[in-house]
Amino acid sequence: MKVKRPGWIPYALLWFPPMVFLLLFYFYPLGSILRISLDRSQPGQISPFFEAITSPVTLRVLSFTFWQASLSTLLTLIIGLPGAYLFAHYDFRGKSVLKALTSIPFLMPTLVVASAFTVLMGPSGWLNLGIMGVFNLDKPPLQFNNTLTAILVAHVFYNTSIVLRMVGDYWSHLDPHIGQAAQMLGAKRWQVIRKITLPILSPAISAAALLVFIFNFTSFGVILILGGPRYATLEVEIYYQTVSLFNLPLAAVLCLLQLGCTLGLTLLYSRLTKRLNIPLSLKSHKITQQKLSTTRSKIVAGILITVLTVLLVLPLAALAIRSVTRLEPDRRLQPDASPGFTLDYYRQLGTNRRESIFFTPPLTAIVISLGYAMATTVLALCLGIPAAIALSRKADSSFNQGMDAILMLPLGTSAVTLGLGFIVALDQPPLDLRSSWLLIPLAHTLVAFPFVVRNLTPALRSIQPRIRHAAAMLGASPVSVFRYMDIPMVGRAVLVAGAFAFTISMGEFGATSLIARPEYPTVPVAIFRLLSRPGEINYGQALALSTILMLISFISIFFIDKFRIGEIGEF
Amino acid sequence: MRITIIKSSYLFLVFTIIISSCSKITHAPSLITPVPRLLTVMTHDSFLISEAVVSAFEIENNVTVRFITSGDAGTALNKAILSKDNPFADVFYGVDNTFLSRAINEKIFEPYSSPLLDNIPFQYKLDPQNRALPVDWGDVCLNYDIAYFSDHNLQPPNNLEDLLKPEYKDLLVVENPATSSPGLAFLLATIGHFGDNQYLDYWNALVANNVLVVNDWNTAYYTNFTRWGGDRPIVVSYSSSPPFEVIESGKPDNVPQTAVVTSNGSCFRQTEFVGILLGTNNRDLAEKWIDYMLSPIFQEDMPLQMYVFPVNSNVKLDVTFERYLSIPQDPAYVSPEDIALNRETWINAWTETVLR
Repeated sequence: MKVKRPGWIPYALLWFPPMVFLLLFYFYPLGSILRISLDRSQPGQISPFFEAITSPVTLRVLSFTFWQASLSTLLTLIIGLPGAYLFAHYDFRGKSVLKALTSIPFLMPTLVVASAFTVLMGPSGWLNLGIMGVFNLDKPPLQFNNTLTAILVAHVFYNTSIVLRMVGDYWSHLDPHIGQAAQMLGAKRWQVIRKITLPILSPAISAAALLVFIFNFTSFGVILILGGPRYATLEVEIYYQTVSLFNLPLAAVLCLLQLGCTLGLTLLYSRLTKRLNIPLSLKSHKITQQKLSTTRSKIVAGILITVLTVLLVLPLAALAIRSVTRLEPDRRLQPDASPGFTLDYYRQLGTNRRESIFFTPPLTAIVISLGYAMATTVLALCLGIPAAIALSRKADSSFNQGMDAILMLPLGTSAVTLGLGFIVALDQPPLDLRSSWLLIPLAHTLVAFPFVVRNLTPALRSIQPRIRHAAAMLGASPVSVFRYMDIPMVGRAVLVAGAFAFTISMGEFGATSLIARPEYPTVPVAIFRLLSRPGEINYGQALALSTILMLISFISIFFIDKFRIGEIGEF
Repeated sequence: MRITIIKSSYLFLVFTIIISSCSKITHAPSLITPVPRLLTVMTHDSFLISEAVVSAFEIENNVTVRFITSGDAGTALNKAILSKDNPFADVFYGVDNTFLSRAINEKIFEPYSSPLLDNIPFQYKLDPQNRALPVDWGDVCLNYDIAYFSDHNLQPPNNLEDLLKPEYKDLLVVENPATSSPGLAFLLATIGHFGDNQYLDYWNALVANNVLVVNDWNTAYYTNFTRWGGDRPIVVSYSSSPPFEVIESGKPDNVPQTAVVTSNGSCFRQTEFVGILLGTNNRDLAEKWIDYMLSPIFQEDMPLQMYVFPVNSNVKLDVTFERYLSIPQDPAYVSPEDIALNRETWINAWTETVLR
């Protein structure tokens, strides 16, 4: 029997949807705004490049961007990898709750995260008050806001979930017997880690590290709000040049610089990881996970759970507690009154006190957010799955390597620049989307789509070609190979990818605020509106709505995690 | 299965394009009542007004008003400028005097001499050709936490110079003028008050007195200001903040817990403008909308919605404001032309002095 070799046509078909999408909604708008921006340069298109190269600010900003991104990524891996080990190897009570909780930071809007850290570590935060109480100080001893520490802590807080999810999931399907066999044959524990575990995990670790690095590299809100005015990344500088100084030519050059860095990084990544993918036999959770039976495992798990809880869950809890605490005791009536429990801020959320237009009850905002998140998930999967399949089949072709890098570009693109790009490019029917709600799921998909591809590709590549060939030899058509082999084997990866797409959309603020129709705010946009007004009720309501966002996200992620398709090992 | 996925992604794309084209199709005109026309107003994301005020205009003129909010004031203006060859709105509201020259130089507005301009004092009319018409004003001033000063037996500061005294060391938080609109307004207040050649000396002295700089109003007010849990009892905010602390506390009998420094030259007045976007097909409706924005019904509604105050001198303020709002008699002044000319230089010089 003749085994059918896929020709170039199926590949072209696989690439077609993601490419059309990127061309229409990414390259075209971005190219338009960059061209228009450079055209605005009075002394010619080359001069902004000179301006950027000769300015000492560019070099300073670029080196700080690299420095903080490297440091943040390293710290995220140091926290995330042991955490991934915990989730991959141990089965313990409350695991699924902890897993869902540790995913929430990823989607929290920066303003809310800043409030959470302020409650914990601000000038009158719990930590400072505690130390002041113990040592009888009259000034807060710890300065958190406006420091590099704040930037690093916030980046770890945001991105650890990427490592937990991507590496943890991959790890949980590895056959533990390989390591056990090596130990039986006399290998030391660290030798097993260095020679077996790390090489096997390297595709997932490097994919996660790349994403974390790019996220940190293009960090905006964290730098602006927690880092303060002394720190600027390229993304912040682009915003400043665009909005404050309206120096569009220089902003365009900086945007190109940021894109160049992203492209370079991704190409470097593809080159380094070219030989990393080792086809493996994936195992079911039933085989890979153990109960916490030994004392040693209990201690290890205990430490890891505590670290994750303190870093990722405590700030969220602080926010939730603050949202049900009366922010200000009435000083005139009870000068010493301690702030008490209240649900006022939640009640106020549903009332339109000033009968304003655009008032959105929280339930409506949640429904809108969920709607966008679902549309984003579907769209990102529809585009990401074909791309990941195409990428996984001919991993070392230079075409695929190039495509791999191109798919990551949206993550490295300045949101302000792309937002303006939509305005100048998508302005003719049938694609006059400038005032359309469709722009929101489209913009979210641009961010979610690279995530989907990054998640699926390692999983798809790990399927042993032998099995696929054997099935084909036995007469299975390519469709049934896909259906009966690929789908069950990568089902989990699809879910993880979908969960990422969902959370990215739920929490996205920057692009949404640029293109939102005011009648249809998402939850983060509604939170931002409340936070930009003075007064106790507005601040309290913002905290309450943030808590609701956490709850909704927690429930959604918890159920996505529970939902399984084609669990490995069922066949 | 693979084919199905590819197919479904095609379908989705086609579907997307169809939906987006459908949204353009308007309903066929009916014979009984003429279909409302559409007026599009582009603005920033702090825009807010009463539902009833908008619907009164819509009913009277048989029009649907659609609002497009496009990020902060600077970003929204950039969008209006970049789409000026093919505008997707008829009116733009929300250029303030620090951005006014950018809007004028980029020629995004058509002049319109509204009859209601007669009711607006001369000081607000910064564009003599009436391409940009004043709508509202607000003052950026120093706010302080009353309880902090009484608890510490300290006099609150009276003017900008006071902030340099040793007793006010470590007490002030301001916003970065490069990223924040009140931050820029406060920098302009110091420039207007001390002059182009002395303001940097003042800032040097503020740095010596340990001024704290943050990037946005939010952080300054809700993280660093003592009233909301910070350790700085003096903050750059709006003169409207104390009355809103009362109004938005949910306890109507409250008195303000914060107060404003209103000495001469210590505040900066921000005026916001509206204009008809060049090339609109709905010039008649756009004129009506601008007249409406300058009329008492709209002007009276603004303070409680947007925390800004009416320019129309026939409009009375709400009682709460009469009781608690301090209006500076003589805010610092810098002309829009000077701001346009020097914005970059001033901000860069400030950055070198204060942040490096």
